[in-house]
Amino acid sequence: MKVVILGCGRAGSILAQLLARDSHDVTIIDYNADAFRRIADSKVHQVVGTGIDVAVLRRAGIEQADVFIAVTNGDNTNIMSTQIATREFNVPKSLARIYDPSRAQAYREIGVNTICTSMLAAGLLRDFVLDKPWGSVLDYIDPPVATQGDAQMDGEV
Amino acid sequence: MYVIIVGGGKVGYYLTRELLGQDFEVALLEKDKRRLAYLQTELGEVVLPGDGCEVRYMEDAGFGRADVVVAVTGDDEDNLVICQMAKKLYNVKRVLARVNDPANEQFFQKLGIRTTVNSTRIIYNLIEQTIESDAVVPLAAIQQGEYEIVEISVSEKSPVVGHTLMQVNLPPEALIVAVLRGGEARIPTGAINLENGDTLIALVRSEAEEALATVFA
Repeated sequence: MKVVILGCGRAGSILAQLLARDSHDVTIIDYNADAFRRIADSKVHQVVGTGIDVAVLRRAGIEQADVFIAVTNGDNTNIMSTQIATREFNVPKSLARIYDPSRAQAYREIGVNTICTSMLAAGLLRDFVLDKPWGSVLDYIDPPVATQGDAQMDGEV
Repeated sequence: MYVIIVGGGKVGYYLTRELLGQDFEVALLEKDKRRLAYLQTELGEVVLPGDGCEVRYMEDAGFGRADVVVAVTGDDEDNLVICQMAKKLYNVKRVLARVNDPANEQFFQKLGIRTTVNSTRIIYNLIEQTIESDAVVPLAAIQQGEYEIVEISVSEKSPVVGHTLMQVNLPPEALIVAVLRGGEARIPTGAINLENGDTLIALVRSEAEEALATVFA
């Protein structure tokens, strides 16, 4: 599977290496070349540039990508790049990591796949505090993340 | 009319100042604390603290009753999200985004943000216009520049002088919509005789503009 990851922070770099270890074709993008120090696996392709630039995404092979994952620390960059991936390049599967719950929900409702890791972490911690067993991801994200089938975007927001 | 401007850089600052002078109700959102202090000193209580992509600040600013939301931060991704959120969550009828990278303009349109302003492209077009022949001057772009309204000066050397409009071999995608002569505008018929000193207003498909210019040069 060809996967393009935007953002080489902790989440992005670990994800890239997990997938590369499973022999997937992984390209990771970051505007700061210094961020690639987190990547020890030489099989992970690296592209320097901003993820809302179609030329950069092309260089990362977005046109052949099966999956696009946006995990920069900027919610809006993740939102915009994910929309570029789906709308401009028809990437079949995409997900934006979002910190702000209201933004994550608003975009989920218009068919942009988002996961709000703040909600996820807070929910897990709450259950730990209350001695409740941990549930599935969907228990912590309300409403649940859109499935691929829900991801219809009509251009009007 | 209530106008909310997001982003208090130079564009946001001057825009707010202009609108206040025209008696619009205006709010300007700025998230940077130091910039905020400066803006509040200069513009007063219309300047509000906060990130225009965050719901609590959108609530405070009254996005729900805004007639127009203008996103003019220096970051295209922020401007996109501000406009999309304003439309989606608050049903704002008119949103306007500043687009910094010309390549993003079309993409904004595709996502429903129909009104975009791109200063890079405006300046580029102005440069292009100044190096084009002086006989045909673009006045306005229509349909994202697909069509143009242009002004044509008929000089004494022009081959069309002394001919009727009907005799002039215009490119198929051009139409003369007015003849300005002696301080008056006339809607022309094919029978009008073209004279030295006439100014013609034409609607032309941008690709045919050069062909149009050669007819009059």
